[in-house]
Amino acid sequence: MDRPSYHLSNLDSLEAESIHIIREVAAQFERPAILFSGGKDSVAVVHLARKAFWPARIPFPLMHVDTGHNFPETIQYRDDLVAKLGVELVVASVQESIDQGRVVEETGPNASRNALQTVTLLDAIEANGFDACLGGARRDEEKARAKERVFSHRNGFGQWDPRNQRPELWTLYNGKKAFGEHFRVFPLSNWTELDVWQYIAREQIELPSLYFAHQREVVDRRGVLMAVTDCTPVRDGEQAELRTVRFRTVGDATCTGATASTAANLQDIIMEVAAARQTERGGRTDDQRSEAAMEDRKREGYF
Amino acid sequence: MAISSHMDLLRLSTAGSVDDGKSTLIGRLLYDTKSIFEDQLAQVEASTKRRGQDGIDLSLLTDGLRAEREQGITIDVAYRYFATPKRKFIIADTPGHVQYTRNMVTGASHCDLAIVLVDARKGVVEQTCRHAFLASLLRIRHIVLAVNKMDLVDYSEAVFDEIVAEFKGFAARLSLDDLTCIPISALNGDNIVTRSKETPWYDGPTLLYTLENSYVAGQGNYVDPRFPVQYVIRPKTPEYHDFRGYAGSVAGGVFRPGEEVVVMPSGFTTRIKSIHAAEKSLDEAFFPQSVVMTLEDEIDASRGDMIAKPRNHPEVAQDLDVMLCWFSERAPLRPRGKYLLRHTSMETLAMVTDVIYKVDVNTLHRMEQKDVGLNDIARVTIRTSAPVMFDAYAKNRNTGGVILVDERTHETVAAGMIRGKAG
Repeated sequence: MDRPSYHLSNLDSLEAESIHIIREVAAQFERPAILFSGGKDSVAVVHLARKAFWPARIPFPLMHVDTGHNFPETIQYRDDLVAKLGVELVVASVQESIDQGRVVEETGPNASRNALQTVTLLDAIEANGFDACLGGARRDEEKARAKERVFSHRNGFGQWDPRNQRPELWTLYNGKKAFGEHFRVFPLSNWTELDVWQYIAREQIELPSLYFAHQREVVDRRGVLMAVTDCTPVRDGEQAELRTVRFRTVGDATCTGATASTAANLQDIIMEVAAARQTERGGRTDDQRSEAAMEDRKREGYF
Repeated sequence: MAISSHMDLLRLSTAGSVDDGKSTLIGRLLYDTKSIFEDQLAQVEASTKRRGQDGIDLSLLTDGLRAEREQGITIDVAYRYFATPKRKFIIADTPGHVQYTRNMVTGASHCDLAIVLVDARKGVVEQTCRHAFLASLLRIRHIVLAVNKMDLVDYSEAVFDEIVAEFKGFAARLSLDDLTCIPISALNGDNIVTRSKETPWYDGPTLLYTLENSYVAGQGNYVDPRFPVQYVIRPKTPEYHDFRGYAGSVAGGVFRPGEEVVVMPSGFTTRIKSIHAAEKSLDEAFFPQSVVMTLEDEIDASRGDMIAKPRNHPEVAQDLDVMLCWFSERAPLRPRGKYLLRHTSMETLAMVTDVIYKVDVNTLHRMEQKDVGLNDIARVTIRTSAPVMFDAYAKNRNTGGVILVDERTHETVAAGMIRGKAG
C-alpha cells in the first residue's frame, strides 16, 4: 500500500485549509480586504494569500487600523511588505475618529485606544465598501473566539451574534448576506500559536523585529512589562529598567506587554512557545479587564 | 513538548448529554497534556471561587460565553486544541441538548473520530443513541464510547460491561467501522492519560492512547480523482501573460501532470500540463491539497466545474436522493420552496420535491410525518435547476455533502448527505 505517502502533516493540512478559505473569499465576495496589524498572525495570512493566488497578485488590499500608538518597527515592516507585494494599503486612523468626534478617548492611567479601534474599523469597512475582512484571529487564543465560525457574519451594525451563528459543514462556506452586512473571515481558525511559529520558520517568513529578543526600557505593571514609549511614559513611583525582552503579540503600544526573553531567532522562539506556561494574550491588558472582556468587544464588532 | 513539525492532525468531536461531564473531560485532556496555561488556570480558579465552589472546575475552561458560564451549559460548537509529541488534536466540542443536534452534525462533519460520553450511573440513554447514529450518518470512522463517572459506581466491571453490551446492541444497527469502549473518570483522570489502578479488570487502551493511534488518513478518498474548480487565476502580467490556472482543493484521488482529464459538465477532455503549489511544481496532488492546475488545451472552465478522469468521474443528476438534517429555528422546510444548494464549489437553485420518511433519531424508526423542522433528519428527494456532479456521501464526503441556504434570510437551513440519484 502506498497510502502513507498520501498523508499530510499537521502544517500541510492547515495550510491547505487556509488557502481554500482565502480563495473562497475571493470567489464569494466583491470587495474583500485583509486586516493587517503587523502581528505574526496577519503576516501569516498575507503569506498564505500570496501562495493562494500565485502567480497573480493578491486580489485585495491590506487594511491597517492605526491607533496612532504604534511601534515604529511595525510601520516600517508594513510599508516594506506592501511595496514588495504590490498591493494597495488602506490605513484607517483612530486619531481621525477622535478628531471627528466619532469616539471619545479614554482617560486615566490605564487608558487605551484599543476599544476605540472598533468604531474606526467599522467606519472604514463602510467607507471602503468592504464586504469581507480576512483576519488572523485563531480559536485557541481566547474562549469566546473558540466559538467563532470561519465565515463569521456581521449585521448592519457590524455586530456578532454568538447565539445565532450559521452552521459550517465540511468545506462549504456560506457567505450570503444582505446589503450593508459583512463578513469577518478567519483562515487561521484552526492554527495554534505554535503552529504559526513553526510555519513561519518553515516558510522563512520575515517578521517585525519586535518579535525577537532585544534590549528595551520597560516598566513592570502588575506583572506585565510595558515598553516605555512616547504614549506609554513612566508614571510617578515607577522605575524604568533596561531588560532583554521580546513581544509575543504586536498590537497597540498602550496595551501590549513584552515578556522577558532571550529568544533571538525562530528556533529559540519555537522552543520558548512550546515550553510557555502563559498564553500569548497573558501580556494583553485589554483581556484582563473582565472575564468576558473579549466576548463583549467581539459582540460590538471588534476584530 | 510537541515541537516536531512532522506530527499529524486528528479531528475529533465530543458529544454527551448535559452533565455527562463532557466539559470536564476536555478540561482533563487539556490539563493532563499540559495544554492549559497558567493564566487560563488562574482565571478558572478565580471563577470557581466566585461561584462558591472548591478546587478547580475544569468545565469553566471550555464554556466560553457569558450565558454558558452563568447557566452552566454549553451553547455552541467550540473548538479546542491540544497536542502531544505524536499528534495535534482539534476537538469540536458540541453540546448535547436536544435542541442542538445541528451543532453535533456540524462538528461531526469535520471529524475522524467521535467520543460518545455516557454517565455510568445512567447508562445508555436516548442521547447516546442519537449521538452514535449521527456519527454513523456523518461517516465518522472511529467511535470511542467513554463510560464516565466510573468513580460514582465504585469502578464496577459489571456496570461497565452492561453499558457496553447495551450500546453494542444498538450500534449493531449502524454502520460503525471501529468501536473502542473505555471506562473513565474525567474528574479523577482515570484511564485518560494513564491507566487507572481503580480498574484492574480493564486491559484496553487509555483514551489518549486511542486518540494518538487511530488511523487518520482513512477519512479521505485516494481512489476517485475529483477536482472542483474553485477560482480561476489569470495574472495578466508580462511574465505570465497567457497563464490560466485552475485553483482548488483536491476533493478525492490523485492527479499528476500528463494525465488525461475530463472537465465537467462540458465533457471536454484534455491533459494536465502542470500542477503548482505557489512557486513549487508538483509531481502529484492529492486530497486535501490546495493547488493550481494548468491544462494543455484552452478550455473555458470556471468555478463550479469539476475536473475528473474520463473513466472515473462523478455521477451527474438533477434529482437527488438525500438524507437531510434541518437546522433552522426560524422556519421549517417549505415543501417545493426554493433554496440555494451549495455543493463543492457550485451553487444552484433547488427544491425538495418529496419527503420519503423522517428518522426518529433515538430509536432509528422511520416515521410517516412529512413535516421537517429543527433537528429533524429526513430522507428526501431534491430537484436542482443545474446538474450536480456528485459521488455518494458514503464514497466521498467532499463530493457527497450539500448545504441548503434560504435565499431570503441567507441562513444555512440544512445539510444533506447525497445517497445517489433519485428514482
